[in-house]
Amino acid sequence: MKENYIVEMLNIRKEFPGVVANDDITIQLKQGEILALLGENGAGKSTLMSILFGLFHLDKGIIKVKGKEVRISDPNDANNLGIGMVHQHFQLVHNFTVTENIILGMEGSKVLKIKEASKKIKQISTQYGLDIDPDKKIEDISVGMQQRVEILKMLYRNAEVLIFDEPTAVLTPQEIIDLIQIMRNLIAEGKSIILITHKLKEIKAVADRCTVIRRGKVIGTVNVKETSEAKMAEMMVGREVTFTVDKEASNPGKVILEIKNLSVLNTQKTLGLKDFSLAVRAGEIVGLAGVDGNGQTELVEAITGLRKVESGSILLNDKDLSHVSIRERHESGLSHIPEDRHKHGLVLEFTIAENMVLKEFYHAPFSKNGFLNPEEIKKHADKIISLFDVRSGKGNATLAKNLSGGNQQKAIVGREVSSNPEFLIAVQPTRGLDVGAIEYIHKRLIEQRDSGKAVLLVSLELDEILDLSDRIAVINHGELIDLVEAGETNENEVGLMMAGIKRGEGQ
Amino acid sequence: MKKELNSATKSIIATLLGLLAGAILMISIGSNPFEGFSYLFKGGLMNIERIGNSIATATTLILTGLSVAFAFKTGLFNIGVSGQMIIGGLCATIIGLKVDMARPLLLFVMLLVAILGGAIWGIIPGLLKAKFNVHEVVSTIMMNWIALWVTYYTVQTFLKDVQETQSADLQIYAQLKVPWLTELFNGSSINLGIFIALLAVIFVKIILDKTTLGFELKAVGFNKEAARCNGIAVNRNVILSMMIAGALAGLAGLTFYTGFAKNIQIGILPSQGFDGIAVALLGVTSPFGVLIASLFFGVLHTGKGFMSAMTDIPPQIADTIIAIIIYFTATSLLIQRVWTKILRKRDNKKTEEGGKN
Repeated sequence: MKENYIVEMLNIRKEFPGVVANDDITIQLKQGEILALLGENGAGKSTLMSILFGLFHLDKGIIKVKGKEVRISDPNDANNLGIGMVHQHFQLVHNFTVTENIILGMEGSKVLKIKEASKKIKQISTQYGLDIDPDKKIEDISVGMQQRVEILKMLYRNAEVLIFDEPTAVLTPQEIIDLIQIMRNLIAEGKSIILITHKLKEIKAVADRCTVIRRGKVIGTVNVKETSEAKMAEMMVGREVTFTVDKEASNPGKVILEIKNLSVLNTQKTLGLKDFSLAVRAGEIVGLAGVDGNGQTELVEAITGLRKVESGSILLNDKDLSHVSIRERHESGLSHIPEDRHKHGLVLEFTIAENMVLKEFYHAPFSKNGFLNPEEIKKHADKIISLFDVRSGKGNATLAKNLSGGNQQKAIVGREVSSNPEFLIAVQPTRGLDVGAIEYIHKRLIEQRDSGKAVLLVSLELDEILDLSDRIAVINHGELIDLVEAGETNENEVGLMMAGIKRGEGQ
Repeated sequence: MKKELNSATKSIIATLLGLLAGAILMISIGSNPFEGFSYLFKGGLMNIERIGNSIATATTLILTGLSVAFAFKTGLFNIGVSGQMIIGGLCATIIGLKVDMARPLLLFVMLLVAILGGAIWGIIPGLLKAKFNVHEVVSTIMMNWIALWVTYYTVQTFLKDVQETQSADLQIYAQLKVPWLTELFNGSSINLGIFIALLAVIFVKIILDKTTLGFELKAVGFNKEAARCNGIAVNRNVILSMMIAGALAGLAGLTFYTGFAKNIQIGILPSQGFDGIAVALLGVTSPFGVLIASLFFGVLHTGKGFMSAMTDIPPQIADTIIAIIIYFTATSLLIQRVWTKILRKRDNKKTEEGGKN
């Protein structure tokens, strides 16, 4: 053992009732490296890190910091050992300033020494290239900045080891590039990092080594430079993963959804969508590409009925839906895979069975004369569960909140597809999912297309748009920039259009 | 060992802690808690008449508790039970005093107007919430005061008899008390209201568990946004929920003012309305939970007089126990936290012992 390990977790075991979350897991973090912890949702990564951070207690195993065995029974112990965690959900007080948030809990003397703290924060910020204004309030800074505040909080507390829990899930592509630079700066200054993620691209971009976990066990630790993305994906999922989506050429039929000159207000009461027109035909996937906040939300909510239409029309099979109730839209053949599955997709406290009939409970066979028919409801859920491979502890009686993200999404897709819609709008259908689930959802969307459905795919992931779409519509500042055949364009061109530059312009 | 305590267990723990606190209070004023509790429960349960009175007290609580619990399922906090109750009672009393018909018909009409009165008083905050997003806590509290003064005026102007502060007594045939029931329970205040309350428990249970209406109400209560996105009319459900909650409270008024009592006193907001919140909390907003919690509170309320008569313990101790139970129920999160801590300690011990082996 000549290696200089700063943190070692040896033979860790942690059981929850009925599940072994961590089974004999060993990970070792070298001084000054970035170690990625790769695994699907529910593989046991978060449990392992929660043990290291003192939130859970291990059943068996040893934790060593700088070669010495330690006991970590709460986050304070972890802090004292120089271990800090940047949580996926930030723990910040919104109406406090950056400085106030950072010194929160370690004010020291009775009199607050804001000025001194602020000075120290500025100094750390410059040292690591964080570019933070310590006097701004949290509510006035972007999500990416808030994450830096979390990082700075750890540094202020003299953390040597930083754990990042899915740090890019909330960031825009530009912010991700910045974050990767910050991580490099941290390493250059002698810190060590554990990066929890299931995004292979990021691991490739930043990590030195990668430990892969599957179903609570370590599959292996590899050097990132020498290992391909495909290999890591295979280790994570347990089988070969196809990155490219196989699909036949599309065979579009008549126009199913027609949006004509649609204008919609955004939350600030100005026009978020301006005179927007688009048609989606049967048997094709139209991808809507655009940078976040360019009118996608307004378009989606106008189509699904969550937002009022100012002018223009939305025709589904020639029927104008622009001012009818949400339920009537569903009955006219519209299905919606919402962007936020917790907020819009599921009632988390309901069982899967109940969630699967959330749109249809009021008609036969699920109810009669106002009384529910639990047998039919359960049968319906079981059908979706087996068709869409929804894995859960107690079958149709499992509460939706107890499903993993991937399984929640599969259930939603199952529900939306099972009503046999004419038109399906899928918004960020794979956000936050692991490779296996993404592959699965993509296949299902193609399947819908092939069975003659009209599909509108709205996504911020350009790769997803390029992989799945037959035609690509690009939106910028609420306006349609262009509509192109997917086969006749490329990432670069679409990227330019997303920035508002039309084809043929600017070259 | 279970990680999450279920809510019924939490309620039982809250109750035991409340009783324990009562015992400490009794000791601190120099009384024997065993004696105190034995008289408290004897006072509520020792003979058929007292049992009848406990049930009569529980009757109103069941209905106010159901009202709170029902609105709660839709994510609404109905603090206006007192007002809805007094209006329901007022409507029934007006019919009982002013209308002359055959008794079964009269009682039936009284029942209907009590439901109607309460429902109207509930639907107004519901509409305000749905149309203008006025928070129901604010509007229901205001509706309480409107109800109080409407009753004040109506009783003084149209319904008073000899005494200035209350309505005329209802004739015996216009009350919910029936001879066979009164005799069965040796002259206690038990009345037909208990059957109304029990039917209401079953009614609410069926609505919530078996019907599409209940499905919609719960979906809205758990996640308004998801309900809306899936085509459920959220506002309609908010209004409906408040209407039904109001109707249940109106029934509570019927059982209280024409069953337990026989007139309406002016200037008093019935405390049963607020006890309903406690009962709903302790009964974890389930209909049967509300029933059990109400019966328990009924026993405490009925027994406290007997306890203070037989010992030096003031009846306020019983009220304090109730208050402490409410406190612990409301802070059930705290109980969960303590439980987790206990588990963790045991966990640690195990790990240490495991380490030695």
